[in-house]
Amino acid sequence: MSTLVIAELQSGELSDATLKAISAANQLSQQTELLLWGAQVAALADGMSTLPVAKIRIMESASLEHGLAESLAPALVTLAREYSYLLAGASTFAKDLLPRVAALLDVGMLSDVVAFEDDDVFVRPMYAGNAMARVKSHDDIRVLTVRGSAFALPEAATAAPTVEMVAADITALVSQNQLSSFVGEQVTESERPELASAKVVVSGGRGLQSAEQFGLVEQLADHLGAAVGASRAAVDAGFIGNDFQVGQTGKIVAPDLYIALGISGAIQHIAGMKDAKVVVAVNKDPEAPIFDVADYGLVGDLFDVVPQLIEKLPGK
Amino acid sequence: MKILVAIKRVIDPGVKVRLKPDGSGAELNGVKMAVNPFCEIAVEQAVQLKEAGIASEVITLAIGDKASQEQLRTTLALGADRAIHLDVEQTLEPLNIAKLLRMVVERETPEIVLLGKQSIDGDNNQTGQMLAGLLGWSQATFASKVEVKERGVEVTRELDTGLQTLSLKLPAVITTDLRLNTPRFASLPNIMKAKQKPLESESVDLSALNIKTHTELLSMQPPAVRQAGVKVGSVDELVSKLTNEAGIF
Repeated sequence: MSTLVIAELQSGELSDATLKAISAANQLSQQTELLLWGAQVAALADGMSTLPVAKIRIMESASLEHGLAESLAPALVTLAREYSYLLAGASTFAKDLLPRVAALLDVGMLSDVVAFEDDDVFVRPMYAGNAMARVKSHDDIRVLTVRGSAFALPEAATAAPTVEMVAADITALVSQNQLSSFVGEQVTESERPELASAKVVVSGGRGLQSAEQFGLVEQLADHLGAAVGASRAAVDAGFIGNDFQVGQTGKIVAPDLYIALGISGAIQHIAGMKDAKVVVAVNKDPEAPIFDVADYGLVGDLFDVVPQLIEKLPGK
Repeated sequence: MKILVAIKRVIDPGVKVRLKPDGSGAELNGVKMAVNPFCEIAVEQAVQLKEAGIASEVITLAIGDKASQEQLRTTLALGADRAIHLDVEQTLEPLNIAKLLRMVVERETPEIVLLGKQSIDGDNNQTGQMLAGLLGWSQATFASKVEVKERGVEVTRELDTGLQTLSLKLPAVITTDLRLNTPRFASLPNIMKAKQKPLESESVDLSALNIKTHTELLSMQPPAVRQAGVKVGSVDELVSKLTNEAGIF
């Protein structure tokens, strides 16, 4: 049994999600291979000599600059037939691509897998994490995304992977996309880490009272080098944009530390952050449900507590 | 331009999900149900395109038991023109849903199929992409902006790293993210009017459609419960706990 992991690059390096997917793949099968794809990626393999995979397969094409699903899918469908598992980290890239590949292979797919029970039984969250489902796959090729928060970064290997170019006739398939084209992008230029993968998240709720005062959340986040999050109530009240929302219909986060400021703890919010390792809650209402999931709760006035936290917690 | 919107009936997002004691799934008996929030955004987008004079007809479609008709009525009250209900008793996985959707798409020939990016029960985030693959259509997932142009449609997508804009040839499948729009509430007169709009229900012969089980739900268990920790009395105590006990700093 062998596994093909689809690489994803961030600033010229494998993303954390990809590295964790490699860890997951090594739990699943003896032979893990990495598909490194892009417009110009072959040279990157030189820097991957300690990557714990058996083989790096390189697929280079100018048509792959933006990694559109319609471009990649036909080639992946051909490559996937050599493997038992097709796997990637649960990023927006993989979520976009892999279902299309699975459908073209006429196989099912498992999203956001967090554990393997057997070689064909997978554990994945449903209902925004309110349920853990055990799901059995009946397909010969199992297509899955794995949630980064559930797997560790891999350890360095002693033997370097072999490096091989994907056959030209397969690579040629990627240039056939006449369906979609790239127009532009707006990469978030925040100094702050990305919300979904940040180690520390500071979130604010309705207790901040106004968009101006929500700045207090940002100040603490910046002090800690943390990402900023928000409850739906804060978003609905217009304190901050919807893309900062943590919760069932927003982003699901699992940081090492989650600080909830003025967040009451509605079900849909807790669904988005309950996998954090340590949760701190500050709220003036001692009965707020957020305290039921917090490791450390402090009943108090935010406007008094947060400036003290900024002063007393070590900065990044 | 005809737009087809596929919607799903799910547990209302405001309701705490409870699992059946036998681990077979979530308890749905007596539980308030709703249109999946992402599907609601898809309906709103289609209705806005109709109001802008771009869409000529908005058709909503649900796959499920008879109760799904309730959510289809809601979409009619929100502005859809007509609704199609595929009467299927069993729970289907995304690939099989996509195969049923393809069947309707081939019959109705919409130029855009809009879906929510995921349902808040299964959380699969697969159906739209699978449908696009089966149809050989262009796709844009996680849409936060949809602009129909002279040639095709431009969609801005919410990625982990920021925003990306794609130009898609029509026909296309588009899945919606949170920021695309804010769905309206159905007004009472529109709820009354919706009762007169066409909603056709049809039964489906699954055996004729290459429908097989690819993934099988063995059991569903509640996740490990987070235990409430301690209340601290001061900021100093909190800082000390985080540093010495939790080892964060």
